[in-house]
Amino acid sequence: MKSKLLAVGGTVAVAAAALTGCSAGESTSATECTNKIVNADATQVSVWAWYPAFEDVVDLFNESHDDVQICWTNAGQGNDEYTKFSTALEAGSGAPDVIMLESEVLSSFSIRDGLVDLTEFGADDVKGDYTEGAWKDVSSGDAVYAIPVDGGPMGMLYRQDILDQYGIAAPTTWDEFAAAAQTLKDAGAPGVLADFPTNGRAYNQALFAQAGSVPFAYDNANPTEIGIDVNDEGSKKVNAYWNDLVEKGLVATDDAFTADYNTKLVDGSYAIYVAAAWGPGYLSGLSDADSDAVWRAAPVPQWDAANPVQINWGGSTFAVTSQAKDKEAAAVVAKEVFGTEEAWKIGIEKAALFPLWKPILESDYFRDLEYPFFGGQQINKDVFLEAAAGYTGFTFSPFQNYAYDQLTEQLYAMTQGEKSSDQALDDLQASLETYAGEQGFTLE
Amino acid sequence: MTTQTTAGPEPVATRRRTSAPRPRGSRLEQRRQRWGWLFVSPFLAVFALFLVFPLFYAFGMSLFTSTLATGTKFTGLGNYAKAFTDPLFMEGLLRVAAFAIVMIPAQLIVALLAALVLDSLTSWLSKLSRLLIFVPYAIPVVIGALMWSFLYSPKFGPSATLFTAVGLPTPDFLASGTIFGSLVNIVTWQWSGYYMVVIYAALRSIDPSIYEAARIDGANGLQTALRIKLPMISSSMVMVITFALIGTLQFFTEPVVLRNIAQGAIDAAYTPNMYAYSLAFSYSQFNYASAIAFSLGALVFAGSYLFLFLTRKQSGLK
Repeated sequence: MKSKLLAVGGTVAVAAAALTGCSAGESTSATECTNKIVNADATQVSVWAWYPAFEDVVDLFNESHDDVQICWTNAGQGNDEYTKFSTALEAGSGAPDVIMLESEVLSSFSIRDGLVDLTEFGADDVKGDYTEGAWKDVSSGDAVYAIPVDGGPMGMLYRQDILDQYGIAAPTTWDEFAAAAQTLKDAGAPGVLADFPTNGRAYNQALFAQAGSVPFAYDNANPTEIGIDVNDEGSKKVNAYWNDLVEKGLVATDDAFTADYNTKLVDGSYAIYVAAAWGPGYLSGLSDADSDAVWRAAPVPQWDAANPVQINWGGSTFAVTSQAKDKEAAAVVAKEVFGTEEAWKIGIEKAALFPLWKPILESDYFRDLEYPFFGGQQINKDVFLEAAAGYTGFTFSPFQNYAYDQLTEQLYAMTQGEKSSDQALDDLQASLETYAGEQGFTLE
Repeated sequence: MTTQTTAGPEPVATRRRTSAPRPRGSRLEQRRQRWGWLFVSPFLAVFALFLVFPLFYAFGMSLFTSTLATGTKFTGLGNYAKAFTDPLFMEGLLRVAAFAIVMIPAQLIVALLAALVLDSLTSWLSKLSRLLIFVPYAIPVVIGALMWSFLYSPKFGPSATLFTAVGLPTPDFLASGTIFGSLVNIVTWQWSGYYMVVIYAALRSIDPSIYEAARIDGANGLQTALRIKLPMISSSMVMVITFALIGTLQFFTEPVVLRNIAQGAIDAAYTPNMYAYSLAFSYSQFNYASAIAFSLGALVFAGSYLFLFLTRKQSGLK
């Protein structure tokens, strides 16, 4: 009994020590690292990132740098992390020095003065290491708000076994895609050809962009002006196309990234997964996969086979926050953490990242890499390298979260039969214009 | 109260009489008061630090307007004027009002029936049933909602199996037309057991000799329940409804959890609380979010005050 009490007392004391340690303010980073610090005397840079297998990359960086050390925390993926970062910006403290952000939210944070313009800290030195599209995604006008890491050039992952069973060739154009969907349904297949998720956000946006949609015109040099054009010809064409497939029951309309959707991705309910280069990693991480599924990758279907347009879905970057204590050191981390071949081999082989760093992107190693998930297919050579090379970049709005939420609402109303496909996009345009006005923007 | 002749109130009355004429500034009284404050102070400190101060801070924030493009400026009550003309906020309010109209009676009927049945049974089975009905409340709200999101799922849920077995098409529980009922079901499942325990405790505190008198007068079970039990527990009923009312107006967790699997049917401003949350954490409009939260708080306060005022006779608060 006595020893138990003592043990409890001990725990309390430890907990108290931990609490006071946490509340010591500025020096918190030292106690919160997930990783080991190799050089205790060096400047420490706190990093938030959610990459799988990132710990090995951090160790590699720390072992090869004497003056700067990374102190890494996983603050959650995507919106979970952004919520924390956003609150830290509002509070004026609590943000890390370097943060992993998807390129789509860079403007949303730079407009709140949350990110440092890296042109002062040598961003141009590494500009040549990245593709044009990748660099445009992290720049706004002359400013550069992050260093690109991985990208999501899009391709088409398909179930060779299912398509063979119904005598369908892998579609190369959207017309063939629609015909294949019809064939599959007419044959009474248990599943459908693909899914059209109304909450696909960046996915739907990418499909629209393939037909020439440029939804936002925005430049940080002129931060109070914005151009909004979400109901252009291209978007309307793509939206009408998918709505037609939905109305005919040729594609599913399941919400993306739900348990249902994940299961259907791998159990054969969808024969085709129009996906980004990180899709294979995502698929192979899902449980309940069909053991005899035969996955293959092909280029994303085109509107005009003679003039292919490449698109991108997702992709992450490292940005330096305005709360960084030592911005110089933070910029070194952002530039160099994924700036070696060793780091990239970890990222590619353990985390299925698609590199935007040219030395590895253009290497023979990456081009010829065989993927067991695809039966040894060299998917980079066959699909993704060309997709990445053809991608020319995209401009996101400084209120991207709101724009996505509105897009989801409108697409959902459309698939529910409440609105025509054109009406949905016209309503989206109106709601975004109103919002931009309320937020003090002048419309171009 | 003072006219009652039963044992209770007498000492209170005498104490009050003796204490009243004592001069206010007597040293004993002062010392007592000092000790009183000392005992209360830890609570007061926590109360001020974690409730009063944040409330003032949030109210202060709600008086400013910050936009993405033009920065922050003082706008007084402008955000409140905007809130009450904001269609999203208004739709959310109407939606929680609709939820209140459907959900509170549903929870109450289930809780009351269960309590009345359990009260008239006295076997080991009633103890077990009491526990089983209460169990959903013991499950954290988020876990409960997650569990239901799986039950509703067309892929994993048992509904597909059930409906196919009887030869009916499987309904989509997560479509815009059905999500209302699906949410009502989750909340009723979650809270009825808790209300049942409150009502049951009130029923147990009724003097059994009253039932005996009723039986002698020839009242059957139903008459006893409606004419005796129900009126005697009216104050507990009022309390339960007040809890349910406040909970419903602040409806948040269940729709937020279900939104993960039904983003189209549950939009970001589905309930006023969700709207405030989205504004602050997704759209970084902290000022307007504070104004929405304060407006909702005021409406919840006004609503529950009005309800308590209207039922002051039943609740015994008069």
